[in-house]
Amino acid sequence: MDARKESEPTPMKNRTTVERKSEREWVVTRTFNGPARIVFEAWTKPELLKRWWAPKSTGMSLLSCEADVRVGGRYRFELGHEASKPMVFFGRYIEVTPHSRLVWTNDESDDGAVTTVTFEEKDGKTLLVMHELYPSKEALDGVIAGMAGMEEGMSETFAQLDELLVTLGASVGSL
Amino acid sequence: MVQYVPTGFDASFSALSDATRRGVLEQLGRADASITDLAEKFHMTLTGMKKHVGVLEQAGLVTTEKVGRVRTCKLGLRRLEEEAAWIERYRQLWGARFDELDKVVEELKQKEKVDGRKKRE
Repeated sequence: MDARKESEPTPMKNRTTVERKSEREWVVTRTFNGPARIVFEAWTKPELLKRWWAPKSTGMSLLSCEADVRVGGRYRFELGHEASKPMVFFGRYIEVTPHSRLVWTNDESDDGAVTTVTFEEKDGKTLLVMHELYPSKEALDGVIAGMAGMEEGMSETFAQLDELLVTLGASVGSL
Repeated sequence: MVQYVPTGFDASFSALSDATRRGVLEQLGRADASITDLAEKFHMTLTGMKKHVGVLEQAGLVTTEKVGRVRTCKLGLRRLEEEAAWIERYRQLWGARFDELDKVVEELKQKEKVDGRKKRE
């Protein structure tokens, strides 16, 4: 009955952008159709994180997901894939500012990035910006080369990406 | 721009699914090494290491060159192309995650609305 206005037919898909901002830094951006408190909640409650961190389309599954989102709290994600052994990501939250900012370490290796996610609300939408700052150019280059990344937990990303690309075969030609 | 074919990704995926091979890549990221060096470092036979290097080579992740009696291995990546490809792959991964996150956000919004209504009643 009350077909509410807000649940407008999914508008144009919001686009995810990825940019290498500097020698040591990646930046990922995306806008969400919801207030910052809700987007923030989805990043900070394990039961919600679980629902989107390992998208089915990538062939991955989240075997476990612990996230104690407060300053000094730890997280640990274990990702599985039918073709390989589970991989573990872990680290510590070093900054937690409700609804606006989250910072955590990636402790799988000494060369792991520090990830900062900011949530900026405007007109009921949230602009999310994720920075991944590596300790050195070499560390970031290593991730690209898929080597140091193996120990930095990016391996899973890599594997997921590979898998995803296969799934999205059609778009591969446009790389 | 170079075209990346899925089979290449399949090959690199299976190449990277092995812990020893990932270790070898990491090692080669620090310095080139001979197969003998690698075999020693990873406590395995020459034959075993040759196999691993072969898989990596096939996936285009490693190149080898024989000088005299020594076969030297190095990372076989085309950096710039790799970076462009990596960015695209990374974007696709996060794009897929965020599409799922959209659903969660939508659901939470609806829930908030329903809860809000209940409270007012």
